[in-house]
Amino acid sequence: MEVPILKQGRYLIATIQAALSDEDLLHLRRALLERVIQFRSRGVIVDVTALDVMDSFATRTLRDITYMIRLRGADTVIVGIQPEVAFAMVQLGLTLEGVATALDLEEGLAHLERRARSSS
Amino acid sequence: MPDDIRVLIRSNLDIVTARQEGRTLAARTGFSATDVTLIATAISELARNIVSYAGQGEIVLRLAEGTNSRGVMIVSRDSGPGIRSVDDAMRDGYSTSGGLGLGLPGVRRLVDEFFIESVPGRGTTIRVTKWLR
Ligand SMILES: Nc1ncnc2c1ncn2[C@@H]1O[C@H](COP(=O)(O)OP(=O)(O)OP(=O)(O)O)[C@@H](O)[C@H]1O
Ligand SMILES: [Mg+2]
Repeated sequence: MEVPILKQGRYLIATIQAALSDEDLLHLRRALLERVIQFRSRGVIVDVTALDVMDSFATRTLRDITYMIRLRGADTVIVGIQPEVAFAMVQLGLTLEGVATALDLEEGLAHLERRARSSS
Repeated sequence: MPDDIRVLIRSNLDIVTARQEGRTLAARTGFSATDVTLIATAISELARNIVSYAGQGEIVLRLAEGTNSRGVMIVSRDSGPGIRSVDDAMRDGYSTSGGLGLGLPGVRRLVDEFFIESVPGRGTTIRVTKWLR
């Protein structure tokens, strides 16, 4: 299950559409980094609304994605973590330290816009 | 037990299958959406440990019948290298693979009953139960 990545101006939007295997997550990491470099993107949104589970591997991979993209000077926002998924993450002890999150796509975009304004 | 659901775990794709089977069973048993996700998350951690450390094994899912409650039991079994120190492995942050070290202690927090038996050189069995409340 490959995750489609949409280019919208200076931003990239990756929308997860079904449960992902570890391999799919690693593929997403590679693909996002490639696109950020290719398009000189300023920001990335990863929409995880359809993700059924955020376990230790998924959390670590999303964190890695954010850090790698930050090294390219771009921001990442994770949007759409479902309430049940968030609850399970907290119970498991997982944190998304240093990773920006937002409720949905719209708020994620607003976050990126604010970041772009404050750094220009 | 005729109701056992057995998922062979040999690759990361099987992890997705196991947690989907767990999700279906938990929902059918009457668990809330929150608990269904907790159960799926626990299965994901146990199955990934099988792939990462033992190479292969199995996840068995079964309906648990208590005196006045029902639940779901998850058994994770492998004949891999085993865990040298279970006490260490159950501590937050302990990992021999550069992971977060949250899988096993996290699973214990997600469920009501947790049992682990690991023999170096023989393998690991973990049995957890979550009860409906
Ligand atoms: N089935 C198993 N067979 C052998 N060793 C295991 C098994 N499961 C866990 N372990 C050992 O116990 C340690 C702790 O496991 P745990 O799942 O808590 O953390 P992790 O897998 O290292 O990292 P994380 O799950 O957070 O990504 C592992 O690093 C590994 O050494
Ligand atoms: Mg683990």
